[in-house]
Amino acid sequence: MGKRQILLITMLLGSVVVTVSCNKLLPGIPADDSVLDGPIEGLTGEQNQAFLRGDIAFNDDIFTSSNGLGPTFVATSCGSCHAGDGKGHPFTTLTRFGQSDTLGNKFLHLGGPQLQSRALPGILPETIPAGATFSNFTPPANTGLGLLEAVPDATLIGLSDELDADGDGISGRPNWIHIPNYCLSRPGTIERSGRYIGRFGKKAAVYDLQQQTANAYNQDMGVNSSYESYNTYNGLQIDPEISNQKVLDVIFYLKTLKAPIQRDQNNADVIAGKQIFTNISCGKCHTPQMQTGPSTIAALANKTIFPYTDLLLHDMGPSLNDGYTEGTAMPAEWRTPPLWGLGLSKNSQGGKVFLLHDGRAKSIEEAVSFHGGEASQSKTKFQQLNASDKAKLIQFLESL
Amino acid sequence: MKNLAILFLLPLSICKGFAQIDPVLLRKPVTDTSRMLLNMDAVYNRPLLAAGKLPVSLGGYVEANYQYLNENGISEGHQFQMRRLTLFVASSISKRLKFLSEIEFEDGTKEINIEFASIDFELAPLLNFRGGVVMNPIGSFNQNHDGPKWEFVDRPISATQMLPATWSNVGFGIYGKKYSKDWVYGYELYLTNGFDESIISNGQNKTYLPAAKENPDRFEESFNGVPLLTAKFALRNNRIGEIGVSYMGGVYNKFQDDGLILDKKRNVNVYAIDFNTTLSKTKTFINGEWAWVSVDVPNTYTEQFGRAQQGGFLDIVQPVYSRSLFGFEKSVINAAIRLEYVDWNKGKFISTGDNIADHIYSVVPAISWRPTPQTVFRFNYRYNWQTDLLGNPPSRLAGFQFGFSTYF
Repeated sequence: MGKRQILLITMLLGSVVVTVSCNKLLPGIPADDSVLDGPIEGLTGEQNQAFLRGDIAFNDDIFTSSNGLGPTFVATSCGSCHAGDGKGHPFTTLTRFGQSDTLGNKFLHLGGPQLQSRALPGILPETIPAGATFSNFTPPANTGLGLLEAVPDATLIGLSDELDADGDGISGRPNWIHIPNYCLSRPGTIERSGRYIGRFGKKAAVYDLQQQTANAYNQDMGVNSSYESYNTYNGLQIDPEISNQKVLDVIFYLKTLKAPIQRDQNNADVIAGKQIFTNISCGKCHTPQMQTGPSTIAALANKTIFPYTDLLLHDMGPSLNDGYTEGTAMPAEWRTPPLWGLGLSKNSQGGKVFLLHDGRAKSIEEAVSFHGGEASQSKTKFQQLNASDKAKLIQFLESL
Repeated sequence: MKNLAILFLLPLSICKGFAQIDPVLLRKPVTDTSRMLLNMDAVYNRPLLAAGKLPVSLGGYVEANYQYLNENGISEGHQFQMRRLTLFVASSISKRLKFLSEIEFEDGTKEINIEFASIDFELAPLLNFRGGVVMNPIGSFNQNHDGPKWEFVDRPISATQMLPATWSNVGFGIYGKKYSKDWVYGYELYLTNGFDESIISNGQNKTYLPAAKENPDRFEESFNGVPLLTAKFALRNNRIGEIGVSYMGGVYNKFQDDGLILDKKRNVNVYAIDFNTTLSKTKTFINGEWAWVSVDVPNTYTEQFGRAQQGGFLDIVQPVYSRSLFGFEKSVINAAIRLEYVDWNKGKFISTGDNIADHIYSVVPAISWRPTPQTVFRFNYRYNWQTDLLGNPPSRLAGFQFGFSTYF
């Protein structure tokens, strides 16, 4: 072999070694505060395994006609509605119908409460029955749900002011709901006349993540479990199409997803925006800080969290009254949505934002403009802010 | 007893017979696999080993590789992969009657497929009959997929993740080819079993033609009783290159069963164009394929499954060092690059009017060394940008692959 060949081989091998050893040629791990997925800190090895099982079931399991999808449905997987564990897109909007007051849903026999807007080939999807009021719900982000679940009922009662005793015009109250038999009451749960405090869903009509998960399989994907065994298409009780273990894995995954991490906390404008948020009383409903109580998962217990919600119902005025409701909420009442993760919404909604319960608001400013009822005063104060302060407030919200 | 003894001794005698064959009697045609004839010839443009006057020829290829890939900063670590072991058995039954089969073991024994097993009967140069398990001639890669012919460890994304390469079915058809000075043209036309409903109901959560390959019954019965038509016309000028246009289409759903109507007939149609050329001045080899897929998906089904798809690849291979190396006289070192794109869901969301994304871009620079035309060692760097249905920030996958592929 000549010198020229040796030189050539050396150069080729050298370039290969240099290339392989160059980490810049490989994608880096996204900053923890730039993504919503990932487990909460402090899980044990066993819990990490359960988290991974749930992650796969949530994000990778696709339902088809052969493994339980439908025959009527909205989405084919959990991940279809919650890309990257973030807020959903109008593509998977959930339409609820049939209840216009606190007396219950009068259209359960006609497919209520959720419209299965899609169907397997050869099957017709549902339509909203004549006379039924309805509302569209954008799927929420999943993150931090376990921490929200671990907030004691007593904390929510403490935040509520049903009769507006302090006269500030804000009177949050819990949604007292009946819970399914399979729900295990949480430690310290408070019961009133056989009803419990709901805390998940747009109307706070869901008690815990077990009910949320079993319902989502059943109502969103048409997949029956032993928890929700009635088929949404024909109303008949059928064999489970998913194992209890799979449901439990997904519940564990949802419980242990980390809370969104705020970005730019030390930015002067963000700090100023946070102060403005407090000054115009946004925080009276979007409660900045809470404390979790006891939990069977140590990583969730007794933590200080910053969800910017009080998990209570508030009258949001006529603009947001769709005439549909759930549990004991009135049609104009909505649960305060957590604001944590708000700034990452566009990363799961296709580069845009679709805010409020039905995604009607295409910006934070527009979302505020739809506020009414108990939020009227804060909205007015927001609209009176000068452009600079408004920008700082929005910058703060986008840092969450 | 005598018969038993013969039965027992016969295999031994055959073994002994093979052991005594003088290696010079083994014919191994030298084929330059870096240059191609018409893509439709690829199935026979392979080195096959014939022993003496035995009517059967044997061959095959093997490919294995190492890879280290990283997706969004997370790596599965160092992976060693046995991608394929493929065996060919061919036989000239008579002067104008041939048989060839290709059996492939993928990822060890995870997938075992008969990719080709057909009888070819020449009636005239422009009229040949082919029947059995045939490779549907859609695009070029499906027919011309042998690992040693390519400078890249991975097969093209559009060919395997949008089109279903390697896509073979039971059926019959005709083909022919004609030469005229610098020109050659050929055609193929087959009727085979086809797709099924899994193309819009699968674990990929997208319209995915390769899902039909999972149906174990497709070599035994048609899913809906309607043949899949595949046709291709290719034209080559020896100075310019080859261009092929192809079509594949048919009904994919079970529209009736046991005499009862279940749904309307729903079609899948695939159109493809492929080309390849070698620039005479620089010996640069350029090879590409682009395909369009349309699927009649029910309006009441989910937009998750695309009604239209498109994608393709472009390979550019530049020999940079062609001379003896380590004693291999026809050794060639190539620099190459592959550009790829697939859009699995062309269309707009009904709810927002925005474009549906669900696409991937990929670039794969490569260095390959061919000590002989039939063997290739290849080093690839891959970078993919894959965007989900909604158009969220892309998932980034990158990494290194080193492997070999060789005929034997």
